[in-house]
Amino acid sequence: MPVNALDVENVSVSHNGVLAVNKISFNVQEGDLLGIVGPNGAGKTSLFRAILGLQNYHGKIKLFGYEGNQYTTLLSMVGYVPQKVNFEPNFPATVYDVVAMGILSKKKLVKGAALIQDCGCCWNRIFATSSKDSEKIEEALKIVGLESFKDRRISELSGGEQQRAFIAKSLVKEPLLMILDEPVTGVDMDVQNKFYSVLRKINKENKITIVWSSHDLTAISDLATRVACMNRELFFHGEKEEFFANKDMLKTYSESAMQMHMHKHDL
Amino acid sequence: MNLEILSYGFMQRGLLTGIVVSITCSMIGLFLVLKRYSLFGDALSHVAFGGIALGFFLNIYPIWTAFAVSVSTALGITKLRKSTKISGDAAIAVLLSSGFAMGVLLISASHGFTIDLFSFLFGSILLTNMQDTLLIVAVSCGVIVTLITIRKPLIHFTFDEEQAKVHGIPVEKLNYLFVALAAVTVIATMRLVGILLISALIVLPNITSIMMGRGFKKTMLISISLSVSAVIAGITISYYFNLAPSGTIVMLMVAMFVVTLIAKHAGMFSKTINEHNLSATN
Repeated sequence: MPVNALDVENVSVSHNGVLAVNKISFNVQEGDLLGIVGPNGAGKTSLFRAILGLQNYHGKIKLFGYEGNQYTTLLSMVGYVPQKVNFEPNFPATVYDVVAMGILSKKKLVKGAALIQDCGCCWNRIFATSSKDSEKIEEALKIVGLESFKDRRISELSGGEQQRAFIAKSLVKEPLLMILDEPVTGVDMDVQNKFYSVLRKINKENKITIVWSSHDLTAISDLATRVACMNRELFFHGEKEEFFANKDMLKTYSESAMQMHMHKHDL
Repeated sequence: MNLEILSYGFMQRGLLTGIVVSITCSMIGLFLVLKRYSLFGDALSHVAFGGIALGFFLNIYPIWTAFAVSVSTALGITKLRKSTKISGDAAIAVLLSSGFAMGVLLISASHGFTIDLFSFLFGSILLTNMQDTLLIVAVSCGVIVTLITIRKPLIHFTFDEEQAKVHGIPVEKLNYLFVALAAVTVIATMRLVGILLISALIVLPNITSIMMGRGFKKTMLISISLSVSAVIAGITISYYFNLAPSGTIVMLMVAMFVVTLIAKHAGMFSKTINEHNLSATN
């Protein structure tokens, strides 16, 4: 039986006693593009932060079947693009510099590769191991369409371009899994569409497993292979077609999203 | 050109120490400025004053006590900030005043104010003896080599701590190492510009180079060049015009900053951005 890329079992996250994620369980198979939907405040970011080791949680999370130290080793091979990367606006790094930060040390690559081979998973690496770091960086910049921006300061780029640069930064580490937390919230449609084509490309051509949260149901229905719907608890996890065929589920999602929206305005 | 000043031993020592220290300050300073820890150097230098006073009080070579007090305080305050979530500026204020107060207290309890003490407050690069020179050069080279070794994780950590953590960088250990290096740098710099002007050496060349530089490496190299030039020119000018080297060096750095600021506002550095825009659209 193939090992899942990610197993989340009964995971709960609380902030100062308030439950943000309540006993959520799901798994992600290798090569999946899982779209996670849920209103603002549904706990998506808290769940991602728990997976990434940035947040304390109750329950069990496994990466390629591994926990503990091996989990931590494999974690460095997870690409993560948050809603917004908060960096110092004066940071003099160019786009190239930022992407270069994603390069993993040889030691980590070797350790990770050994673990992945051990668990019998197919690691579809996007770049040849022998290629030089500079080639990997150029390749990642090409995938996200930022080749001509490489010598510009990261702070000079628009929000959408910055997010593409951060995806490139995640790509150079030859990720086993990418976690994207509403990566194109607040950017214009044109940039969103470019971003979605990058997402499709890295999932289909580079065979990278992706977990992606978004409010854009049209994009989810176009790109995702599986869908999870949550609002502190998990309401649905399964095939995309099943989710979009389930009118009740869509209604529940829309209503909870609307309630959350109204609640925010009440405040 | 008259190179008479290089024939004096004290000048050779002063220039050597000044150059090495300015390189170290620029390198560590760029990280401090980008992490918004600009005043951390200032606070540490005030703590170092306490350490120096302790040395005089206990009759120990004061640089050793300054090293011990500064490094342990830097590590302690980092730990405290993490566990109590005290904001950065408040932690710096506490550090600055308590360090200086400790110094004043110890000095009043011992011999009172001496010339030696004033040399630490205002700098005395031309009074540096062989022992000081060797120690400062060795320590500075140690800091430079360490920074070059850890540059990749340190840049990532400075850019975004959380991303660095996910990437597998041991951010906590790295942070402790970094503040310890900053503390050591501050002590090594005391002789050059004095406790009261250290933060100028950490901050000024870097905020100037950030306005000009494109790319991390280039920005750091510009900062080092500015700093080294200011130190060489400052020591030379102070020799010929009989001025205090510390004040001359810092005023030169201020001048560099002001000129760059004016040039930036005049649009001299925006040219490159337009060129990039053109190449991006083509």
